[in-house]
Order: sequence, then C-alpha cells, then structure tokens
Amino acid sequence: MSSTGATVPQDTGRPEEIRAVPVRHPGRWVAAAVVALLVAIAVHSVATNPRFGWGTFGDWFFDSRILKGVLVTIELTVISMAIGIVLGVLLAVMRLSPNPLVATVSWVYVWAFRGTPVLVQILFWSFIAALYPTISIGIPFGGPEFAHGSANAIITPFVAAILALGLNEGAYMAEIVRAGIISVDEGQTEAAHALGMTRLQVMRRIVLPQAMRVIIPPTGNETISMLKTSSLVSVIAYSELLYSAQLIYAVNYRQIPLLMVASVWYIIMTSVLSVGQYYLERHYARGASRALPDTPLQRLRRNVLSYQRNPGAGPGIGGF
Amino acid sequence: MSEPMVKAEQVHKSFGRVEVLKGISLQVKPSEVMCLLGPSGSGKSTFLRCINHLESIDAGRLWVDGELVGYRQSGDKLHELRDSEVARKRSEIGMVFQRFNLFPHMTALENVTQAPIVVRRQPKDEARATARALLERVGIGEREDSYPAQLSGGQQQRVAIARALAMSPKLMLFDEPTSALDPELVGEVLDVMRQLARDGMTMIVVTHEIGFAREVGDTVVFMDGGVVVETGVPREVFAGPRHERTKAFLSKVL
Repeated sequence: MSSTGATVPQDTGRPEEIRAVPVRHPGRWVAAAVVALLVAIAVHSVATNPRFGWGTFGDWFFDSRILKGVLVTIELTVISMAIGIVLGVLLAVMRLSPNPLVATVSWVYVWAFRGTPVLVQILFWSFIAALYPTISIGIPFGGPEFAHGSANAIITPFVAAILALGLNEGAYMAEIVRAGIISVDEGQTEAAHALGMTRLQVMRRIVLPQAMRVIIPPTGNETISMLKTSSLVSVIAYSELLYSAQLIYAVNYRQIPLLMVASVWYIIMTSVLSVGQYYLERHYARGASRALPDTPLQRLRRNVLSYQRNPGAGPGIGGF
Repeated sequence: MSEPMVKAEQVHKSFGRVEVLKGISLQVKPSEVMCLLGPSGSGKSTFLRCINHLESIDAGRLWVDGELVGYRQSGDKLHELRDSEVARKRSEIGMVFQRFNLFPHMTALENVTQAPIVVRRQPKDEARATARALLERVGIGEREDSYPAQLSGGQQQRVAIARALAMSPKLMLFDEPTSALDPELVGEVLDVMRQLARDGMTMIVVTHEIGFAREVGDTVVFMDGGVVVETGVPREVFAGPRHERTKAFLSKVL
C-alpha cells in the first residue's frame, strides 16, 4: 500500500542491452558425445568392412544395365503417378458427386485397391491372361468387335506393371485429392457460384487450385514412395533398377555391392524429387501467406551478397 | 409504377425441421436501396441467399426482374432450372459476403477479371481494363497485384465489391458487408456502397449499421423470427417504430 511514485524514464534513448550469463546445458553435451561415438562406430564399420565391396560398387555404379534400370524405374514412376493422379482426381470428384451410384462405385474402387497388397495386384495383372485369354474392343453383350488380340500379347510385363502401380495409386490419390477438395472453404464455392460460374468452372478455377496446397505435400510423398514401390515389379521379371541389379549379382554373386548400387541410385532419385517437391509447394503457397520465404538458393545468394557489401558483419538473421 | 426488381410472395424456407423464413413478402424497385435489419437468426441472410438461389425456397414465389428464381413455370407446373441456367441468372446479381470470400490464390486484379473471362468469355485485355477502372473506383488501383492476404479487411471487401461489379449486375446483395471489419475500416467500405447507391444501383443490404441505413436506405425492413415485422422509410421507422420488437431492437443498437 506504499505510495511509490511511478518513475518516468528520463532519457528517451534505448535502455542498456541485456547481458546475462547463459544457462548451462550439461545434458546436451553428454547426448552429443554419445551420438558422436555411435556415428564414429557406424562410419568406421562401413569404411573398414571389406565385404561392402566398395571397389565392386564403383565398377558397377555406372554400368549401362544399371543406368537402363534407373531410366526404367523413372519411366515406371512417371507413368504410374500420371495414371494415379488422373484417376485420383476422377475418383475424388466421383466420391463427392450427388449421384449415389457414382459415389458408391468410387468408394468400392478405393476399398478394393487399398485393401489388397500392391504385390498381389502386380502378380494378378501379370497373370491376367489366365482370367481373360483374349481382349477385344467392341460393343459389349455380344455386339460387334472392332479389335481383338491375345491378352499375353497386350499385357506385357511393362503394361502389367503400370496397370498395377497406376490403378493402385489411383485409390490412394483419390483420398488425398478428396481431402484437398474438402479443405477448401465453402465460402469460396459460394462466392464463385454467386458470380455465375457453373459447377465445373468452380471446381477447375477455384476449388482445385486451392486444394493443390493440401494435395501437393502428400503427392510428393506418394511419388517418392512410388519410386521405391516400383522395385516390387522385379517379381514379374521386368528389368527396372532392382531387377537389373539382381540379374548382375545372379551371375557374379556380389549381392551386397550391387544392392548398395541400387540403394544409392534410389536415394539420389528420391533426393532430387524432394527438392522438386519443395519448389512445387512454394509455387502453390501463393496467396496463402503474406510473403513467401526465400528458397535456400536465394538465402545463400543474399548472405553472400550482404557479406561482400559488408564484410565482417556476418550473415544477417531474418529481415527482408 | 415500374416493374419491381425483386418481388417476394410468402417465401418459406426450412433447414431440416427449423423453419427459418415463415412467409416473407416484399418488393424492391429498381434503384432502390433496401436495408434488412434484425437480430441474428432472424432469417435476413437466408432470405438474401434465396434471391440468387444459393438456397432454394420451399414455398412461395420469388422473382428477380420479372423472372422466377430457380424455376421455370409452364402452365401450372414448376420446372427446376438447369445448373447452367441458374448460373446465368446468378451472373446478373452481384453478391458481397461478410467474410469477403476473395479467391486467395489470385491477385486483386485476377479476382476481378476471373468471372468476366470465365463466365462471360470476355477478351482478357478488355476484362483487365474494366477491372482496373473498377479497382480505381473503389480506391485500390495501386494494389492490383496484391494477394488478398496482403490486404486489410476493408481493402479486401472493396475488391470483393469490384469483383461483383465486374459482371455489371442489375442488383447487388450485401450480406453484412462490414460485420467482419475493424471499426476504423468500416467507413471506407460504406463510402463505396454509398457511392454505388448514388449511381442508381439496386441494392439489398443486410446490415447492423443503423447510420448507413438511415442515410442511404430508401426502405428499411425489420425482420425477426423469420417474418417481416415492420417496413418503412428509415426516418419514420427509426424515429417512431410502431412495433414492440422493433422498439426493443432499436433501443439496443441505436
């Protein structure tokens, strides 16, 4: 209850900078030491274990059969994802359709293809000739046929592979696209309808572009996942990256180095995809935040420039 | 007397078992500014959304510019309009929302040009020129390249008004256009609306801005519980409300 007269700061200048003794974190030093030791053990074992066969690894890394396998893996990934994305958008829009039959068909598709292992689906498509020996295009229920051929000739291992991977992916993409569509505020649809846009125009111009922000990150995940899942196609003897490596070690018995060759190629490809995903996400973040953050390259350039202009100041922290 | 721009006869609307509109009848003449007042939940916004068929009505009749909303009458039968026909009619009615609902992935200019290009198939250059003039008119010409997230609420709402005007509507619907704004930003939006009224636009405005209703409104309609309680010239309604509900409401907001 004492009456202390509020002290009005006399000078209008900045008060003294705070200089406090930092808190010590001994636990962090212990943790760092333990982790450093474990890393050293791992690196040492990889470097000194001759059975890794790093020499063989180097010999085969750029082998033409391996490079061909890399290309085939990329081809499988691109085509299957393209099928998956188109199918996914279609299934998602169907699922949200006011027509109950259309919505149910979409639901059943997702249920069936997500509910069975993709490995089983790959085998299934490769044996499709046992189910439908001939395939024809024409009017169904006994109408005339326009084209026809044996299933074994049409469903090559390549076709079986992209059918299995693409149709399976469609089921996953459908759920991702649906989540994206649902995430768009209803006010957006209303505003677009009020301007006189039709359902289709609203979907294409307003809803899907905004849904992209939600759709892109999991789609990037799916693409990376697809790149690796495509290795399952090796079971139907289609020479993508893994099967190419297997064909080589079936002859020279150097399994580990060749599996390392395949693994390093996979990791290179997934790394490239991650970078691409970063820039794609950035593109679709337009309008979602007030200012886009710098890309790593822009940040580097800015820091280097500011250092050149003002050496000794060091890289700036934050700011514009 | 000229043909009314909007005519409602015994309009009823229910959501599930809740009847939100219990027989609304009113008329809006061309170039008239009608302000809808009333407590929240009284059905003002729902009625507004019925006018451009964002909601369909359950009973009664609703006409805009002499044409039935959402249906076509042949003999004594009503036929639902197709999606494209409903869209065409909506394109002639501008609507401004409480939460602005600008398209966040487009710049201010793209927001305004979108509907003329997509719906009216206007050439892009022409749409852009019109849009620039409209943005100038609502006072944000210099921010045409900004995304909505970079604009203040008042600026966003003015872009939203320009976006609606780009379709040269014959009627403008405002659904609580200033309710989501900071108090100091309300004025700039009301100024734009005042100018629009002066230029002869037919407007229906759901609002809590009594000052605006008094100054700009030709008619005020007081709604409560899904019915029109009182209608009249603003001066008279505000000076001497005849109905108890109107009196009670006005005593709280004035």
